[in-house]
Parts: sequence; structure tokens; C-alpha cells
Amino acid sequence: MDETTALEVHDLNAWYGHTQALRNMSLSMMERRITAVIGPSGCGKSTFIRCLNRINDLMPGFRVAGRVLFKGQDLYAPGVDPIEIRLRIGMVFQKPNPFPKPIYDNVAYGPRLCGIKERARLDALVEESLKKAALWDEVKDKLHHSALALSGGQQQRLCIARALAVEPEVLLLDEPCSALDPIATGRIEELLLDLKKNYTMVIVTHNMQQAARVSDTTAFFMLGQLVEFGPTSQIFTNPRDKVTEDYITGRFG
Amino acid sequence: MRIEAHTLARMLSRRRRMELGFKALAVTTLAIALGSLALLLLDAIADGAGRLSWQFLTSFPSRKPEEAGILSALVGTVCLILLTAVFAFPIGVGAAIYLEEYAGKSWFSRVVEVNISNLAGVPSIIYGLLGLELFVRAMGFDRSLLSGALTMALLVLPIIIISSREALRTVPRSIREASFALGADRWQTIWHQVLPLALPGILTGSILAFSRAIGEAAPLITIGALTYVAFLPDGLFAPFTALPIQIFNWVSRPQAGFHANAAAAILVLLAVLLLMNALAVFLRQRYQKRLNL
Repeated sequence: MDETTALEVHDLNAWYGHTQALRNMSLSMMERRITAVIGPSGCGKSTFIRCLNRINDLMPGFRVAGRVLFKGQDLYAPGVDPIEIRLRIGMVFQKPNPFPKPIYDNVAYGPRLCGIKERARLDALVEESLKKAALWDEVKDKLHHSALALSGGQQQRLCIARALAVEPEVLLLDEPCSALDPIATGRIEELLLDLKKNYTMVIVTHNMQQAARVSDTTAFFMLGQLVEFGPTSQIFTNPRDKVTEDYITGRFG
Repeated sequence: MRIEAHTLARMLSRRRRMELGFKALAVTTLAIALGSLALLLLDAIADGAGRLSWQFLTSFPSRKPEEAGILSALVGTVCLILLTAVFAFPIGVGAAIYLEEYAGKSWFSRVVEVNISNLAGVPSIIYGLLGLELFVRAMGFDRSLLSGALTMALLVLPIIIISSREALRTVPRSIREASFALGADRWQTIWHQVLPLALPGILTGSILAFSRAIGEAAPLITIGALTYVAFLPDGLFAPFTALPIQIFNWVSRPQAGFHANAAAAILVLLAVLLLMNALAVFLRQRYQKRLNL
């Protein structure tokens, strides 16, 4: 398989007001691979992933310096439309956040915003997205019921389906399983491994077993800095940095 | 620390007495509030219930109390409040959307915020003076329904803006982020996600604002609404009267018959208010049901 870089981060610094959240981050994420970001709370994991689709632009007082290249294009260059970025780089959040609308309308939301109106095309997109998210069989008879009636795990898969419906190239997942039980978590992990065939993914997680199970590459953050970055197998079996070793063996954090 | 048994018992019994005392105090204040309201209502019913009739609702005012009715005042009030809503609701909600969703946290938005809160507390007669100068004289609308509605719209605008902002603020950030992450722009996010969720709150706040306006007499008297109108308003520029003015007028007459009329008109006004509040509750329930499906 070819190893093409999908996302490249160069000297990324980020601030909330006067508090610096990220310091001189440089790393790159490969296409059709899962990159896991681990580290203790407050280490900048979420800030980092939220820089990759410019969703943090919406935070008052947020500032960023450095470059994030997506297939060679700098996301923060002047003239770049964050909306276009978010269509190509989808995101799933920590807490399942379905819209208080029917399941169908949740999935069709993105495509409808892009101007797709034909019923047949929307139907096909909704079915396809729900199938990709391994949710179709559970909801195909209640597409017009409220999404809020689903269980937490189903809601999170719905959010994944919703993100896939706009046909992005990258999927960012910010602790997608932290609100789910182990069985629902297992299903999501299976799903991610399956989606890897077609999507580049970046997943922030608190769960080190999860990082070890699903990711190809792992980045370890501490206090807003990148401590170690490398193949997951190496990070977990033979970390180069003492701090990384202490963290993954549970000596702190 | 160890507390001896009898000290503990004494302490606990004192706490229980305190608890009981506070409960009694709370019940008393509630009784005072509800009691005075009930007294007011009973007084109005005792004086006015006898005058309530179809004839009372469908007659124009008259010099003879037993022939007088509130048709022009009731129609005037309904027209006035509908027209007020037409002006104040879109402007108020629009201003709230701007302040909450677009303005950010600049010094400008803070200045506007403080001023709006202040405006909500300005006595209504001041709005009457403004309406008199601006709408009646400068813009030449005269003492018309339009002038009245515009004045009332100014009066309720701050309340609508404040309550709409509160409602917009209750929409969780996670919903907005979900929408933005799917490539929605700000307006699409507001229109498809934020407004539907905030609507029950916006409607409730606005209807409560309008029911406050319904009871206002001072600004209407200031802009010169008539007290004796023996015809129905036939357009925006028609002279008009409203229930509070009619009540004010009847109360200030010496004859007892007119006092009974005033009491009956108060009952009608209360019924209109109750109807509007019921509408607010109904709309809120309906939209919430739609959201939960």
C-alpha cells in the first residue's frame, strides 16, 4: 500500500486568550491510516484535533499560528473557506450530539445543505451512510423516529453516519467512545477499522488500549507539546521517551 | 469532634424549629401574594359580573352606563396588540439573533446589552412621550392605531430581545458544532438548528411581553388615544381606543353604573390576558413535543 501524507502539521501553536494550548507541534498523518492522539487531560489533544477542520475558529479568543497542510493546501492560508474544509474533513464529537430531529433528517442534513433535494438521491445517501456506520439494520424501520430515542452507542454511530453522508476524505474523532459502554465501544472500534479502507482518521482517546487496538500511528502529547510520535506498535512496546513509557504503563495520568 | 447526646438533641431541635419558621414565612408570603390577587379578582367579579353580557361586549360606549359597551375598546386592543406583534416580534428576534450569534464579545455589544437592559426598566409613560414626538408629530401618523402600535412595539422590544437572547443561549454548543462540522454556515446553523430549538422560549417570552403591553394605559394616553370612540378602526391611520383607556375613563366617572362597567371591562381584559398566556403554554408544549417527537 502506498503511504501518502494526508495531513501535515508544521510548527502549530494555539492559544485561548493568553493561555497557550499547543506549542510547536509538527507531525503528519498518513492517508487511510488511523492516527491516535493520547495524553493526559489538558494536554491539548482536543485543541489539536479541532485545529484540523478549523472548528475552533468558532471559539471566542482562539488564535492559531503555524501551518496545517491538507494534501499540500494550507488550511489557515488567507482565502481558504472553512466551510469547504469541513466538508472534506468531517468530525465526530466526544458526546453523541444528534440533532433533535428524525434519524433520516440527521443523516440528510449535510447533503441537503449542499443543495441535494431529489428524494431518491437523498434516500440512497442516507441508506449508504447508515450502512457504512453499521447502523442501517437497527434503524431501517424507524428512519422517521427521533434520533434522541436511540441508545448512546447508536447515537454515536448515527453521528458517524451523518459525518460520512457529506462524503469527506478525513474523519476526526474526538474521544468518540468516552460516553459509551464497552460493548458500544467495541462496535465503534470495529467500525473504524472497517472505515480505514476508505478514510483517513485521527482519533483522540483517553483509552490507551483503544489507541493500541485501532491505530497505526500514535502521538503522545503532554502540556501542549508533542512528546513522541511513531508507529503504534513501537510506542506501546518500545517507547523512546521515558515520559511516554511512564504514561502508557500507568505510572501517572 | 464528639458531640454529647443531649447537646446534639438540643441543636437538632433548634434546627427543626428554624426550618419550620422559614416554611411558615414562605407560606405566608405566598398567601399574601395569592390573597391580594384573589381579593382583586373577587372585587372585580362582585362589581362587574352582573354587567357582563353579549350586549356589553357588542355595544359602543355611551353616556348612559347601562347602554355602554366595550366593542370599540376590545377591537382596538386586539388590533393594537396584533399590530404591535407584527412590528416588535421580527425586530426583537432579529436583534437578539444578531447580538447572540453574530456580535461576539466586543465593547460595542456590551454597551448595547447594558442599554437594552436599562430600556426594559424605563417607565412606560416615557415611551408614550417618545411615541408622541416621533410617530404622532414628526412622522405625522397622528393619534392613530399605527402610532399606538409602534409606541407599544418600542415598549416591548427590550423585553423581547432579552427573553429571545435567553432562549438562544439555552441551545447547547454541541448542536451548533455538529452543524458547523457538517459544512453549515452561520445562517444555516441558526435557521435549521438554533431557531427551532429556541422557538418555544422565544414565543413564551414574546407573548408575556405582549400581555404586559395589553395592560398599558399610560403610553396610549400620552400619544392621545381617544377615550370615547363610537366606531371601529377601519385602517392603520384610524383613531382608536383600548381596554385600559376605557377602564381608566369609566373609573374616573362619578356614576356608580360606570364603575360597574369598569369592573366588567377589567374582567374582559383579564380573560384576554389569560387567553394569551394559555396560548404561550400551548405553543411551548406543541413545539417541545415536535422536538421530542
